[in-house]
Order: sequence, then C-alpha cells, then structure tokens
Amino acid sequence: MTGEPGPFIRIEGVSKRFGTFEAVKDVNLTIDKGEIFALLGGSGCGKTTLLRMLAGFEEPSAGRIFIDGQDMAGTPPWDRAVHMMFQSYALFPHMSVERNIAYGLKHERLTTAQRRDRVREMLDLVQLTQFAERKPHQISGGQRQRVALARALARQPKLLLLDEPLAALDKKLREHTQFELMSIQQRTGVTFIVVTHDQEEAMTLADRIAVMDRGTVRQVGSAGEIYEYPNSRFVAGFIGTVSTFPGRVVRLTGDLAEIDIPAMNGTFAARAVPGLTEGRNVTVALRPEKVQISKICPDAVNVFEGQVKDLAYFGKDSLYRVTLPAGDLILAHAVNARRGSDSDRTADWDDKVWLSFEPASAILLTD
Amino acid sequence: MKRSPVFLITVLCFGFAFFYIPILSMMVYSFNDSRLATVWGGFSTRWYETLLSNRQVGAALLLSVQIALISATCATILGAMAGITLARFRRFRGRTFFSGMVTAPLIMPEVITGISSLMFFIMLGQWIGWPGQRGFTTITLAHITFSMVYVTTVVHSRMLQMDRSIEEAAMDLGSRPWQVLKDVTLPVISPALLSGWLLAFTISLDDVVITSFTTGPGATTLPLLIWSKVKLGVTPDINALATLTVLAVGFCVAIAGVLMNRAERRRLADERLAYQANG
Amino acid sequence: MSVVAQWFNRRGWRDLIIGLPYLWLVAFFLLPFLIVIAMSVATRTPTAPPFGYGGDNPAINLEGYRRLLSDTLYLRAFVTSLMNAGTATLLCLLLGYPMALGLTRVSKGWRNILLMLVILPFWTSFLLRVYAWMGLMGRNSWFNQLLTDGWNWLVPTAWAVNSVPMMHTNFAVVLVMVYTYLPFMILPLYANLERLDPQLDEAAMDLGSRPSRVFLDVTLPQSIPGIIAGGLLVFIPAAGELVIPTLVGNSASPMIGRVISDEFAQARDWPMASAVAVALLMLMVLPTMAYSHYQSKAEHREDDTP
Repeated sequence: MTGEPGPFIRIEGVSKRFGTFEAVKDVNLTIDKGEIFALLGGSGCGKTTLLRMLAGFEEPSAGRIFIDGQDMAGTPPWDRAVHMMFQSYALFPHMSVERNIAYGLKHERLTTAQRRDRVREMLDLVQLTQFAERKPHQISGGQRQRVALARALARQPKLLLLDEPLAALDKKLREHTQFELMSIQQRTGVTFIVVTHDQEEAMTLADRIAVMDRGTVRQVGSAGEIYEYPNSRFVAGFIGTVSTFPGRVVRLTGDLAEIDIPAMNGTFAARAVPGLTEGRNVTVALRPEKVQISKICPDAVNVFEGQVKDLAYFGKDSLYRVTLPAGDLILAHAVNARRGSDSDRTADWDDKVWLSFEPASAILLTD
Repeated sequence: MKRSPVFLITVLCFGFAFFYIPILSMMVYSFNDSRLATVWGGFSTRWYETLLSNRQVGAALLLSVQIALISATCATILGAMAGITLARFRRFRGRTFFSGMVTAPLIMPEVITGISSLMFFIMLGQWIGWPGQRGFTTITLAHITFSMVYVTTVVHSRMLQMDRSIEEAAMDLGSRPWQVLKDVTLPVISPALLSGWLLAFTISLDDVVITSFTTGPGATTLPLLIWSKVKLGVTPDINALATLTVLAVGFCVAIAGVLMNRAERRRLADERLAYQANG
Repeated sequence: MSVVAQWFNRRGWRDLIIGLPYLWLVAFFLLPFLIVIAMSVATRTPTAPPFGYGGDNPAINLEGYRRLLSDTLYLRAFVTSLMNAGTATLLCLLLGYPMALGLTRVSKGWRNILLMLVILPFWTSFLLRVYAWMGLMGRNSWFNQLLTDGWNWLVPTAWAVNSVPMMHTNFAVVLVMVYTYLPFMILPLYANLERLDPQLDEAAMDLGSRPSRVFLDVTLPQSIPGIIAGGLLVFIPAAGELVIPTLVGNSASPMIGRVISDEFAQARDWPMASAVAVALLMLMVLPTMAYSHYQSKAEHREDDTP
C-alpha cells in the first residue's frame, strides 16, 4: 500500500475499441477508498466493458488505470487484488459452497487453520454456515448471490467489482439484499464498484453515480446531484421522469432568469445557471412532483393553464397528463394527502386546471 | 399434452417394426437347428456352442477391445485438446486451417480414409523403415485419428454452452489459465469427455472399412472376422454372435437407463432442497 | 519458480493444447490425404508399391482423370452412388420426419423409452445390422416367402414367381441404407422439432388454420435446418458406402466406394483409385460447404436479433 493521499482509483482517458466499434470513449474517473460507486447506463453503454478493464479481462486500447497508485497496464486478472462478482454469479458447479469460497485462498500462503478460519468467517458474514456442504444447484438464487459475494471477499480485495449484482433476484429479495450489500460493505470497508442498469438500485446503493451513455460518462455525482441538477437532457431524461420544453432567455437579473416558454404561452422565472446569456435558447425541464396542479388559480410566481388529458391513480398519489394551450403535454404529480371519494380529487378528466412551479425547481439545460 | 394424430402413431409403429423385426428375426434364427440359416429346422443352441468353442472369436474380440480402449483414450485426450482449442483460443496462426482439418474427417468417406492411411503407412515404411509391418499399431493410429474428431465435436459444443464467466471467476480469484483448465474447465466438461470417450470406443469397436485397410497379418478384429464370414453369405453362428451382441448392448443401455433415472431423481430432490432453502 | 514452470505458465500449456492435436492431424490426416492427391497424378508401374514418379514417368500424369471422364464404368458408378444415396436420403426423410414428429407428440415417459429404442441399434454392430437384412432378403427366408405369397396372390398366375429377387440389387442397397442410417435422420429432426414453440401451432390454429395447414405453414418451414442436417448425415456416408453394396449390392453396377476399393486392392492401380477418390471428395465437399455457409448465415441472423 502506498498510503499517499489522493484518489484510490484513477481512470485516465481510457478507451476500448472492438474492431471498429468503440465501446468506451475517453473515460476519466476517480474513485475514493471505501466508496460505493455505481456505473449506471442502458445496455451497450460500455459500463460492463469498463468493469472488465478494471478486473483485467480487457486491456484498454488507450489510457491508463491506476489502482492504489499502481498502473495496472499489463497486470493479468490473476495478479490483481481486484475481485469481481459476476452477473451470473459464476459459481463453480462441481464444488460445494465451502470450496467455492475457499477457492481463491489456495493461491495465498495460509496455513490450513487460517484458511479454515477465513472460510468460516466468510460463511458467517453472509449467513450461510449451515449450507456450507451444499452444491450451488442445491441452494436458492439469493443464497447463490451471497456465496458469490463471500467468494469474492474471501481474499480481502482492495476493490470489489459487482456486475448487475441484483438483476437475477426477484423484486422482494432485491430490496432486502440491497441493504445487506451496503452493511457488508460498511463492515469490510472494501471499495465497491457496481454496474447496473437500474437507477433505483444505483441511487440506493451508491455514494456516487456515473451515468454512462454510448461509451462516455455523461455526469458523475451523488444521487441527489444527478436527480436535481442533471447537466444534460440525456441525464435528466434517463434518471426519473421529466417534461421538457424549449425556451429562450429574455432577461437575466441576479440569480434569476426570465425565460420565454412558447409551449406555456408566457415568460417564467427560473434559477439561473452559469453560462446563460440573454437571448440564448435553453431547455426547461420540470419533474412532475415539482409541478403543482389545482382547479383554482394559485397565488404563485409561475402559473399557466392546461386541460387534464389523462390521470393515473396510484393510491398514495396520482399522476396527471395535462395538455397545454399549444398542444404540448406536461406531467404533474399530486399527493393524495386527504382521504376522499373519486369526486373529491384535485382534478378530473377534461377539467381546466392551473399549474405552477417554483423558480428554483425548474432545471435549465443548455445542451 | 397435444392430440397424437393416428397417422403419426401408425408411422411410429411401422418405423419401430422396421427397426426391430430384422433384429428379432436374427435372434430367433440363432436358435435354429438347421444349417441353412434361413429355413427353420427346430430349436437348438448348437450355434452358440460352435461360437463359444471358436478360439478365433475370443481372440478377435480381445484384440478389438484392446484397440478400442487405447484408441478411445488417446482420441479423448487429443479430441478434448482440439475442442478446447476451437472454443477458447480465438486467435492463433492457422486457426481456419485447423478447424478445417477437424471437420474434414467427418465427411471423408471411410474408403478414402482407409486407402490414404494404408498408402501413408506403406510409404512411411519405405522412407523411415517404420512401421515395418501393419497390424495393431497401424489400426490403433488410424482409429485415434478418425475418432478424435468426433470427440472434438462433442467437447467443442459443450464448451460453447458453458458459462464462460466461471472460468473468468477462477482467473479473477488468482488462478493462472492452466490452473483454470485443471480446476474448472475439465471438471465441468467431464460429462462431455465421458460421452466422447464412449463414442470413440464404439466407433473403434465397430469399424470395418478403415481397419480392413490398415490391418496386417495376424491382426483380425471382431468386425473383420464377421466381415470375412458374411461376405461368403449367411452363416448361423453369426446369428448367435449377433444375439449375444444385442443382449450385451441392451444390458448396458438398461443399466445406463437406471443410472440416469437415479440422477434425475437426485436432481429433483436437489431442486426441492433449493426451493426449501428459499423459503 | 523454475524457468520451466515460468515458461509453462506463460505459453507452454497453450502451445501444448493447440500443438498436439494440430501435429497429430497434420501427420495422420493431412499427410495421408496429400499422398492421395499426389498419387492421383502418379503413373502406374508394375513395381511394388505399384507407382512411379519422375524418372521415365511424367511428373504429372493425368491419365487417371482422363479415364475417369472417358470410361463409362466410373461415370456409371458415380450415377449409381448418387441415385442410391439420394433415394435412401429421400426415403429416410419420408419415414423419419413423421417418426420424429410423432416422438414430439407422445408423453414424456414414452418419449425417453422410444428415443432410447431409436439409438439402441446404433450401438449394436453396423455389420450385424446389414447382416440381419441378408437373412431376411435371402430366397428361402420367411420374409421373402411372405412377399412372394403376397405378390402371387395379387398378380395373375402367369407372373407368379418362386421368390422375390432382392439380394444383390440396388433396391437391397437402398433398403439397407435406409435401415442403418434412419437414426441419423430422426435424431437431428427430433432435436429441431422438439425446440419449436408449441404455442406457435396454437397461434396458427387460433388464427383459423386447419392442422394440415399449420404443418405446412408453421412446422415445416421451421424444421428446414433439421431436414438439411439429417439429409447430409445420411447422404454423405451413403454416397461413399462400401460395406452395404459389397454385401447386398449388385456387382454389375457397383457404387463408387466399391470401385475405389477394387481399383486399389484388386487391380492394384493406386493412381486410378486415388483419382476416383479425389473426384468423390469433390462431390462430398460441395454440399457440406453449402451447408456450413447456410449455417453461418443462420447464426448471423440469430446474432442480429438479441
């Protein structure tokens, strides 16, 4: 261990080409020690390729990867203190749970007793002691996932890579396992990099998230930063739901911008972002829960009219699809805070409604 | 379950009658007392006595089994290597050529394999003085060569089905590629190795054409012995031999069936276990 | 770690795994095969071994190929082989297809037993399976007598026969070929038909197709890969067959395998035998190449639709 301060993992200008296809394009990332970091993106966005480069299964076509200050170029997977939990779990079908976990230890100089203790410790960590003798096909999917985790952690890696760790589990088990993963990470202190296509999973698990698209990293930040302050239309649309409208900056006063939004038939105030100039075209993005809906004209700053086209009742809340005068649609969320029958709800099909949003809630995107 | 149309069932019955009537007829006639193999002359077991007292048959069977054991084992080793090569080594010089050489013997008519091997051994004998005489060694070499490609096919297709990530997992946990092969790949494909071995064994045990070209004085395998007899026409003691063969094969298949049934039951029990573990 | 172990870790194991079967095939398959090709342009001489190269003989002697095209014996043998193998393949398909389809329609317990019964003859000796038919087709056998009685009952007395001449005819060759190669047709077809989604049949019926139309519109087009695979597995060994025509065939119109074997062993004309062999191989290679082309195209299609 070098012990020098600075990022634990540094990915510098890494690209990977397969023939003419560029799977990963010039990615730069730094990840701190002990962090849970998520690579989030749709299929084919390059997240798994990036993970495989960290594990050593693929060599970058360009750029360098440093782990704990050490350049990993040319280091084969078996010499890296980086372990991976595979999406299919990749348990050895012909070995018992115990031997699966012990497999990596045979390459370490340990006495038989030490090895046995380590395996026992791992079985304990994932609560599988009573299943030690079973073969992988004799245990359930959730248990297999824990064996895979224990096997990867047994060698005490510096870095654990998790490829879609929860994708093969059913929904109920997934939630439970998420928290288990987080608690195991806290107890062991190992740095986790999680690849996932599931934004909820990334948001609950990870300290920071890198959103990837077509081989590039679009934004890095905490779940809150990415959700509330997306830096591009792609990220805004990828994480959560959003309604977007083209607009133009009419005037800048202090940290407020006045935006002309033709779809809403007027000018509206929004919190300014750096780089805005008067006359510039922007995209205004609004999250449904930031849009208030009511049948009476509210006393607010940004108010506009619409007509309810569709509504979906979910119990705790409802989602409205509202047609604006120019024909565009906007989504608005309403919490059903009070109990009542159908006739008591905020608005009904074809009702004329008033919509409003706070200046700070509007997301201005300049890309 | 879908309806089973009368037509399909009729054809199935006809097909199985077609498969088994000749065999049953042969078995019945093996107990025929008449010297004319096709005319019924009363019940007798004399052809079994003739067969079992024939020392040649025993010697030929022994030779066949020896050749089949050695060639199946060598063919499995070489075939597994070739199968692993095709499935795992994407890039090496002459890969296309290699995969061509592995497929070609499968479509090569046996006559051509036979004469090419014979000419090869004769010319090799002229060039380097070995093999001086054809027989056990030349038959075994030829059998290894044409049965290894069947093993290759079996192993290759099993390797393609295998989840590659378990090999990567072993590598990730610190094993070098050859350790991965030893610890993970070979154990996982072991059923394919077994069925490849069995295939190579039967092919070798059953071969007439290639053996007849590569054999030499004194090396008469069982198929060669039968071949030389039936070329002259139908002889009753071959009926007896055929009956014994069918019974032996039937016995082995029945045992295999019982074992498979047991494995299936164990698999169901395991599934139950996994299900309970879940709950 | 010793130097040897280090080398082994780095490259040795890989070189060994590729190299051993590679060298084996080069030595025992490729080399003999090249000898056949070289032999086909050698000159026949009354020496032992019976061929000459260089010296007084031309470097490349195309006599064998010339005779192949001029002597009708060879052309007739090729035609007989193709006809017999083609007929056997077609009959295997006509019998094997409904059998394979029938196997997919019976209950699971029965299916395993019946599949076992299809494979069982394959494990018994090939030679003995041919031999079984020699017993049945012989002039005095119960099978032949049964057919004879049937024939005599059907036709006028003037056409009556003592026995049906079956042995030593091309009919016998085709019959025995169908018998011995039928499993090679049934198994790939079954594997193909079993994978088809039965819901497709139901969908077609739901959309108003009668069962016979469902078969033509849904089942048959999807089973073409199985038909091609089974067809090749029957046709290729049948076309080069030596044992069956030798035992039950008509020696007046031999198949090509017999011709190669006779040229080689009886006439001791190695160059001629090799020329015929090369020609036969060319004939085998074409359908196989077409098949692998078709297959790789099919694989590409599957890759495109994830």
